Amino acid sequence: MSETPVIALSGVSRVYELGAERIQALRSVDLVVQKGELLAIIGPSGSGKSTLMNVIGALDTPSGGSYQIDGQAVSGLSDDQLAQVRNQKIGFVFQSFNLLPRQSALDNVALPLRYAGYSRAERRAKSERALRRVDLGDRLGHTPEQLSGGQKQRVAIARALVTEPAILLADEPTGALDQATGKEIIELFLRLNREEGVTVVLVTHDPQVAARTRRVVTLVDGRVVEDGPPKGGS
Amino acid sequence: MSLFEHLSIAFDSIRNSPVRTFLTTLGVLIGVFAVILLVGLGDAVQTYVLDTFAGVGSNLLQVHAGRQETRGFQPSSGNSRNKLSLRDYEALDKRGLLLDGVSPVVLGSSELRLGDLRRNVVVFGVGPRYLELRNLAIGRGRFLEPEDLDGRRRVVVIGETIVGELFGDDKSPLGATVYLGSTPYRVVGVTQKKGKTFGFDMDDLALIPATSAQDLFDIETITHLLARAKDKNTVEPAIEEVGELLADRRGGTIDFTIYSQDDMMEMVNRIMGTLKFFLGAIASISLLVGGIGIMNIMLVSVKERTREIGVRRAVGARWRDILLQFLVEAVVVSVLGGLAGVALGAVVIRIVAHFQPDLPVGLSLENVVMALGFSAAVGIAAGVVPAMRAADLDPVEALRYE
Ligand SMILES: Nc1ncnc2c1ncn2[C@@H]1O[C@H](COP(=O)(O)OP(=O)(O)OP(=O)(O)O)[C@@H](O)[C@H]1O
Ligand SMILES: [Mg+2]
Repeated sequence: MSETPVIALSGVSRVYELGAERIQALRSVDLVVQKGELLAIIGPSGSGKSTLMNVIGALDTPSGGSYQIDGQAVSGLSDDQLAQVRNQKIGFVFQSFNLLPRQSALDNVALPLRYAGYSRAERRAKSERALRRVDLGDRLGHTPEQLSGGQKQRVAIARALVTEPAILLADEPTGALDQATGKEIIELFLRLNREEGVTVVLVTHDPQVAARTRRVVTLVDGRVVEDGPPKGGS
Repeated sequence: MSLFEHLSIAFDSIRNSPVRTFLTTLGVLIGVFAVILLVGLGDAVQTYVLDTFAGVGSNLLQVHAGRQETRGFQPSSGNSRNKLSLRDYEALDKRGLLLDGVSPVVLGSSELRLGDLRRNVVVFGVGPRYLELRNLAIGRGRFLEPEDLDGRRRVVVIGETIVGELFGDDKSPLGATVYLGSTPYRVVGVTQKKGKTFGFDMDDLALIPATSAQDLFDIETITHLLARAKDKNTVEPAIEEVGELLADRRGGTIDFTIYSQDDMMEMVNRIMGTLKFFLGAIASISLLVGGIGIMNIMLVSVKERTREIGVRRAVGARWRDILLQFLVEAVVVSVLGGLAGVALGAVVIRIVAHFQPDLPVGLSLENVVMALGFSAAVGIAAGVVPAMRAADLDPVEALRYE
């Protein structure tokens, strides 16, 4: 038998109710992600990619279906327990970096550790190590406005890595970057996955990026229409 | 997450916008400043005034000409035609069984001259019992005697301030001749040093027989009558007795008003009460305005930091972590304002103490703690709504917020 999957969704749906209108953002999604996998989620705009990421990241609660992370059932957890899951199991990387302005790279990376209750010294040591993993060991004291877009995204990745989460979730992490810088960020994800065995789920619009992964999940209208190795590409 | 962590987050946020923090705290600053003054000065003034009253003498009554309908101290304008006279004084002195001393008082001011030295003095034309009624004492020589009054003698008892200015330290004033207006007076005594009462230097007055004062100012009336009841319990009966004696002399007409010291104390308490009420109202309004100000700024801040809140939630902040973050920030901002208010209050109290050394003003630890407690309470009250709003934000919505 294989070991417990990191992520196991079965029949997950998400419905938004806007007055009389019902929007089915996710329809009966089944998805299993094993430890050490690197997979890309693609699909047209509005197909539910972000919604799926938020559900996987325990930020959003599905309307139906079941969801387990590291073998632990997520549905039915209290708000505090969900916060703990996000803190310990999930590393989020956003399209727009979402760093705290005016705080140093080190403090930004240390943010999840604050909520995990680590001491100052531990936070510093772990954050430094995480920044070195993304090749920013020399930018510890820089604030976001003193960093380039690519460097900001690296800080955000370090923040996602710092708690050694079970999975790294990146929703269009190159969306706000130019092509070359975006490529570097993708290389970083690939390297983290290859060399350190970090499990990564990546939302992307770029077929070239998807082609570099080993598994591509295609969403259309809230449904998984394809799930397999990348086809063709370059 | 420990409270210390929340404090450190709050200070980070405050450091990031010092000007805004200052403006936010202004209301609380003013409120706490008013509270500090209220308790630091209000009480001091009241204590001082009441102590001074006690020092003036006890169980005193004053009779003024003119009828006052309501009781309570309100010096009459003296527009009545029937004035008080020395006959009234004699009547009370002879027949007032409940009285322990009566004195006429004829008030005026005059130029006092010794050789080439001249100065203006307040002249009190009084009777022999005046000194003890007012809790004053003779330092050198003697006080005025009944014969001085009867004989309209030109004798004067002066205070140490006048002695110091006119005679210096080495010359004895006793037996010297000074002029009040153009009339020569012989100095027969010097009162013991008393200091200031209600800001009036009690050592800067000239006491002469009431009869001589009438001659000096060319009047036949007296300004008021001072009497003392035998003890605390006879104050009310004594007022009645004085009233009856004086009414008798006027065929039943009551054209005078009797004030007791209690009336005056009551007046002081009333004035101080009003003063405290206004200071208290200013303090409360400022604290209220300060609280609303903090609440507004915090609400704006929550809006502005919606994304930050989303990020914090995404990396593991619990509902109460966000709640506490904003609540602690509101309290810290408010308490900082409180500290500034205390500091400002302390400075003002220092200044007042410097210029009014007699006032027992001060800043007690208790008051400081109370003021800071107030500001903390304002911070909590002002922070609850914004903090709840922040904590209740949906993480996904917060992250999507533009
Ligand atoms: N809070 C919401 N309320 C109502 N409908 C929503 C909400 N969030 C998302 N939706 C809807 O759910 C569907 C999926 O949205 P989602 O953001 O997951 O798409 P996406 O695949 O990430 O699109 P994109 O590539 O543009 O980012 C869309 O139809 C969207 O309008
Ligand atoms: Mg999206």
